[in-house]
Amino acid sequence: MRYAMVIDTDKCVGCSDCVVACQTENKVPVGYARDWVVEVTKGTYPHLQMELRSERCNQCENAPCVRCCPTGSSHYSAGGIVLVKPRRCIGCGACITSCPYDARFPHPKGYVDKCTFCDHRIKEGNKPACVEVCPTRCMYFGNIDDPASEVSRLLRQRRYKTLIPEAGTKPHLYFLT
Amino acid sequence: MKSRREFIKTSALGLGGFALAGGAGMALRTAFNQGTPGSAGLTPDLTRTPTYCEVCFWKCAGWVYKDSDGKLWKITGNSNDPLCNGRLCPRGTGGTGMYYDQDRLKKPLMRTVENGRQTYREASWEEALDFIAARLKEITAEHGPECAALFTHGSGGDYFSTLMQAMGSTSVAAPSYAQCRGAREVAFIATYGQGVDSPEITDIRDTRCLVLIGSHLGENMHNSQVQEMSDALAKGATIITVDPRFSVVAGKSRYWLPIKPATDLALLLAWINVLIEEDLYDKEYVERHTYGFEQLRAHVKDMTPEWAYGITTIEPNTIRRTAREMAAAAPATLVHPGRFVVWYGDDTQRSRAVAILNALLGSWGRRGGFYMPDRMQVPSYPRPPFPEPARTWREAFPDRFPLADLALASGICEASIPDTSRECNFKAWIVNGCNLLMTLPNRKQTIEALQSLELVVVVDTMPAEITGWADVVLPECTYLERYDFLRNSPGRHPTIALRAPATEPLYDTRPAYWMAKEIAVRMGLGEYFAWESIEELLDWQLKQLGTSLEEMMHTGVKNYPRNFDDLYFDEVRDIGFFTNTGKIELWSTSMSAAGFDPIPVYTAHEEPPRGYYRLNFGRAPVHTFARTINNPNLADLMDENDLWVNPVVAKMWGLNTGDYIRLRNQDGIESTFSIRVRVTERIRWDSVYMVHGFGHKDPRLSRAYGRGACDTELISRVHTDPVMGGTGMRGNFVTFILDAAGKEAQS
Amino acid sequence: MREELIISGRMNPMIDPQLNIWHWHIPLYLFLGGLAAGILFFAALYTIRGEEKLYPAAVKKAPFITPFILVIGLLALLLDLNNKPYFWQLYTTLRLESPMSWGAWTLMVVTPISFIWCALNIREIFPSFDWRYGWLKWLEAFFTRYKVAMSWVLLIFSVILGIYTGILFSAFNARPLWNTSILGPLFLASGLSTGAAYIMLVSRSHTERAAFSKIDIVIIGIELFLIVHMFMGFLASTQVQIEAAGLFLGGPYTAVFWVFVVFLGMILPALLEVLELRKYRVPVLIPSLLVLGGGLVFRFVIAYAGQASRWLY
Ligand SMILES: Nc1nc2c(c(=O)[nH]1)N[C@H]1C(S)=C(S)[C@@H](COP(=O)(O)OP(=O)(O)OC[C@H]3O[C@@H](n4cnc5c(=O)[nH]c(N)nc54)[C@H](O)[C@@H]3O)O[C@H]1N2
Ligand SMILES: Nc1nc2c(c(=O)[nH]1)N[C@H]1C(S)=C(S)[C@@H](COP(=O)(O)OP(=O)(O)OC[C@H]3O[C@@H](n4cnc5c(=O)[nH]c(N)nc54)[C@H](O)[C@@H]3O)O[C@H]1N2
Ligand code: SF4
Ligand code: SF4
Ligand code: SF4
Ligand code: SF4
Ligand code: SF4
Ligand SMILES: [Mo]
Repeated sequence: MRYAMVIDTDKCVGCSDCVVACQTENKVPVGYARDWVVEVTKGTYPHLQMELRSERCNQCENAPCVRCCPTGSSHYSAGGIVLVKPRRCIGCGACITSCPYDARFPHPKGYVDKCTFCDHRIKEGNKPACVEVCPTRCMYFGNIDDPASEVSRLLRQRRYKTLIPEAGTKPHLYFLT
Repeated sequence: MKSRREFIKTSALGLGGFALAGGAGMALRTAFNQGTPGSAGLTPDLTRTPTYCEVCFWKCAGWVYKDSDGKLWKITGNSNDPLCNGRLCPRGTGGTGMYYDQDRLKKPLMRTVENGRQTYREASWEEALDFIAARLKEITAEHGPECAALFTHGSGGDYFSTLMQAMGSTSVAAPSYAQCRGAREVAFIATYGQGVDSPEITDIRDTRCLVLIGSHLGENMHNSQVQEMSDALAKGATIITVDPRFSVVAGKSRYWLPIKPATDLALLLAWINVLIEEDLYDKEYVERHTYGFEQLRAHVKDMTPEWAYGITTIEPNTIRRTAREMAAAAPATLVHPGRFVVWYGDDTQRSRAVAILNALLGSWGRRGGFYMPDRMQVPSYPRPPFPEPARTWREAFPDRFPLADLALASGICEASIPDTSRECNFKAWIVNGCNLLMTLPNRKQTIEALQSLELVVVVDTMPAEITGWADVVLPECTYLERYDFLRNSPGRHPTIALRAPATEPLYDTRPAYWMAKEIAVRMGLGEYFAWESIEELLDWQLKQLGTSLEEMMHTGVKNYPRNFDDLYFDEVRDIGFFTNTGKIELWSTSMSAAGFDPIPVYTAHEEPPRGYYRLNFGRAPVHTFARTINNPNLADLMDENDLWVNPVVAKMWGLNTGDYIRLRNQDGIESTFSIRVRVTERIRWDSVYMVHGFGHKDPRLSRAYGRGACDTELISRVHTDPVMGGTGMRGNFVTFILDAAGKEAQS
Repeated sequence: MREELIISGRMNPMIDPQLNIWHWHIPLYLFLGGLAAGILFFAALYTIRGEEKLYPAAVKKAPFITPFILVIGLLALLLDLNNKPYFWQLYTTLRLESPMSWGAWTLMVVTPISFIWCALNIREIFPSFDWRYGWLKWLEAFFTRYKVAMSWVLLIFSVILGIYTGILFSAFNARPLWNTSILGPLFLASGLSTGAAYIMLVSRSHTERAAFSKIDIVIIGIELFLIVHMFMGFLASTQVQIEAAGLFLGGPYTAVFWVFVVFLGMILPALLEVLELRKYRVPVLIPSLLVLGGGLVFRFVIAYAGQASRWLY
């Protein structure tokens, strides 16, 4: 099993609902965010193009943050989700520095925090909070090892990209373009 | 209050009464928001309460969850609700911030004079309500009950409106009319005999071609519209966006028409011209249902795309091509009527052109165009009939705005400034859930009115600017802490929703229904609020709707089948429209009778003078007007607005992204606070853009105070729509003041 | 124009708008680690070669500072941790892929040896000193016996420590500026150079000073070569690395880097050392302090500039 998130940039309107939902669901302290939205505009008025992307930890298959963690606090969990064990984390920041996506942040309680793919929700058969809230339904979540899953189907049918593939992290956030 | 009313900035209660320091406030929010993420504590035995959202007026139904400590945790959408389909928008999702905002109003406040300075003191509910009832009685006895007016936006409106009408006044105004969608409603009523309503009866879900004219869905987060637009897009619908700014939805559109501001009517007429000249309109529909087609044909004869090109800067080819796209998809083509439509003062006419265009495409009453709504008949609790008012709000402005069908907030405001030519000047205001200082253009007039009144009562949850002008401030508890009347929205099928309190009210705050009833009782009008408790009232209503309060506590929403199978027009039967001719009036008899152009005529609008830029404004998806700027959850995502400046202009002025500048408008009015520049290609070189609602002036709003600039204060010139009194706000021009080195807000 | 911005207001402290997770602690820690590695390397080297008499400062005197700077370095590291009470978790596991982990373990080896090293030499420096307990004397005799073996261990671990100070950065592909394998050797060289400079500083022997001057000149030559190589590598690489190099080639770090690190910290002291070898009178204090200062600034510049370089946004 390998969890992945597929995000349709054609549908995303950049409303940031995914961010608010994550913050409330996961009680992310005010002033911090596990996910965020990026807007890219290219061209000169009126010949313009825009891409909107909801981003978060890519749950990399080859995760530098896990590799560089000196305590084993950052680890791979079921479905390839990269998680942090708060009680093993010394807050050295190595994982933060190692993440090309700047997806991690130091939680005010000392340990490092990041997107968990809402593992507490998926364990109960729910979708991650951000996926569940998105008004444009532009986010999909599922098992890409299962060819019948929606995410697998989308990746077969649509053009997609991942972020900074050249960093060699094998990210599992796919952006349909 | 004998002395002239002053704006009270801070309360004499000072730091004790209100947490002024941002730091102290943060602590409270952070304390709440610091559970261990991902730990088992997050999925406790959930207790959920049904609600419908009050962060804007779409009223999505949802569930309020508490965590294992019994604290408010999160709000999610109710999946049975057709207005949200289980998904709230970012503002609704962040609604808990309204509850946790430590700057909330906490106790009734009464204006008093201390050491010669006007200030507030805390009062008990008894004292505050006694005072209001007594003053209302005195004022209405002296000037007549018509001299009391209610401004309202939101659920509390029902109760205070009942109070007003029981007193004998029909002057109930919502800024969502003359400052928002009034012109659209009047135009559609003139054309189809029926308005577009809220939620709009637009069948976006099934449309094959969606035309958005200055309607920035996606930034405008009216929930199911955004959802349906996304669905339509996924199904391959064409989107045509007309907007001088590269809006989010422009970026999703097959055609983006970067129109020169203020020229939309010319484009609309040219589209009509193409549909008729190229024989692309729905002939059968037009023949069967419309009135005045030949006059329309003659009228638009010369309004060719070439003619419109000179006005709008949109290439004739593009105009033709987009008109053909619309025709090809018709009748599943929706030329969206927009919502905030009070732009340039000829807004009823522009909206009429939109209505006519839809009629030519045959989209009214057709799948993918406009559907025919249905809603429940919710029985009202028995009460005596209201007294017949001697005068209505119309007499406040005789002979003006003949087609206005609702009271004008701006009009009542104007008519509150004493003027001997008027029979009645308004003397007492109740303001419920609208922040008139941020909402009404021409702030000078608003302040003059506020200073002239004999009584101002403000019901709000936050120390918004308007509360600084009140004699009595009544703190309402938030929607998460109260019952309200049933939500009964029009839609594809009837649906009702319940709002129940998820928790006890914080501080000494109360629901509006309780306040209105208490004032009524004190004025001897208690029989208009004959229910014992709101639970009793709701249960009584719900039982007649085939359910109960008990059941609704578990379902939150109840959907009903339509009474008739008439979502779309029947191809066989004839349709009667509620117009004078019984037809869709392309040539409007009511407009003509009132002395207005029966078919819209394009007139040019003023352009920015040299060195000035048109002030464009709109919505940010994470905020509602001025009301959420202080919400800790939403301020976290956006705590100030930016001034969008085209790179060419920025270069001319030496502006860089991140600079703070101030603005001065054509009347010399300067923005109180500075605004951060964002240099972007997304805006034209003749305009600047900012999100409405920022630049709050009340220091009691610890997160919002002094953050960003306020569009409202720069809108001093109002282009009033002669048809219905809408306040056109888009004809203001600003220039830059570069001496603002930093942010005054900090000082 | 291309505009790329985070619109949801992500402003995670220490991450946005720019990574700022490591402050003065880490570069100081790395500088001290590199310096200690340099000193101990020479001490071990000349002990193994049996040249203790020839290089008394290198073998005996200079290492006295190493336990202190290593402890200060470790304290700096500890201070930098956000979750200090969990510090001990570092030593519950060894993760070879994590430089932070094997660096911590390397320090765990080097620091005790540095203490022992001082203990073995303390009576030579302070002849009146005596160990109070018998078992301490026994220990002293034990380690003296295995001094050469210990030197071998120290030699290897001081090299590891020296390289580690560079690898700690270069392991982070995520920061384009650090994403170069040259940083390891470069920091090792810089550590050796600062070590040599410190030995010169404390040495009273003219021959020893002259020898270390020569060593230092060679190391500085290597450093300059590596730096040129590093920039050539960047400029021939991806856009982000070109941008990262730009931080030093016209960007905000240009002046500090080329003036303080390269000129004042390498070229000038090397020139002064050459002059001294040519029998000009140059106070030894000046080149030594320049090298030490240059080494310190070098770590700071690389630490901060590296955090300023990123892939996205
Ligand atoms: N310059 C400018 N003016 C505009 C607009 C614009 O874009 N630019 N937009 C116009 C439009 S479209 C509209 S619809 C109007 C909207 O105008 P308003 O409805 O007046 O909007 P707000 O300024 O948000 O004021 C709402 C007030 O209600 C309070 N409130 C929130 N919840 C509750 C509650 O539960 N109970 C009570 N009693 N009060 C509550 C808030 O604290 C706030 O003070 O503004 C119009 N005015
Ligand atoms: N997130 C969020 N959503 C909201 C609200 C909110 O406060 N927050 N408020 C709700 C309410 S009550 C309303 S009324 C609606 C308002 O939402 P809409 O009806 O969508 O809004 P407008 O403010 O008319 O539209 C703003 C757009 O009009 C463009 N525009 C400006 N001038 C012109 C022009 O001359 N011609 C054309 N074609 N376009 C022009 C602007 O560039 C901008 O993109 O939003 C609703 N939805
Ligand atoms: S909630 Fe959905 S539409 Fe909104 S920003 Fe996130 S991904 Fe985009
Ligand atoms: S995105 Fe960053 S934090 Fe997430 S797994 Fe990859 S490297 Fe680690
Ligand atoms: S901060 Fe915590 S999770 Fe990150 S590398 Fe250090 S110990 Fe591991
Ligand atoms: S998956 Fe969960 S933790 Fe990750 S961004 Fe979405 S809501 Fe946040
Ligand atoms: S659209 Fe958003 S803010 Fe408005 S009622 Fe629905 S959830 Fe609430
Ligand atoms: Mo509105």
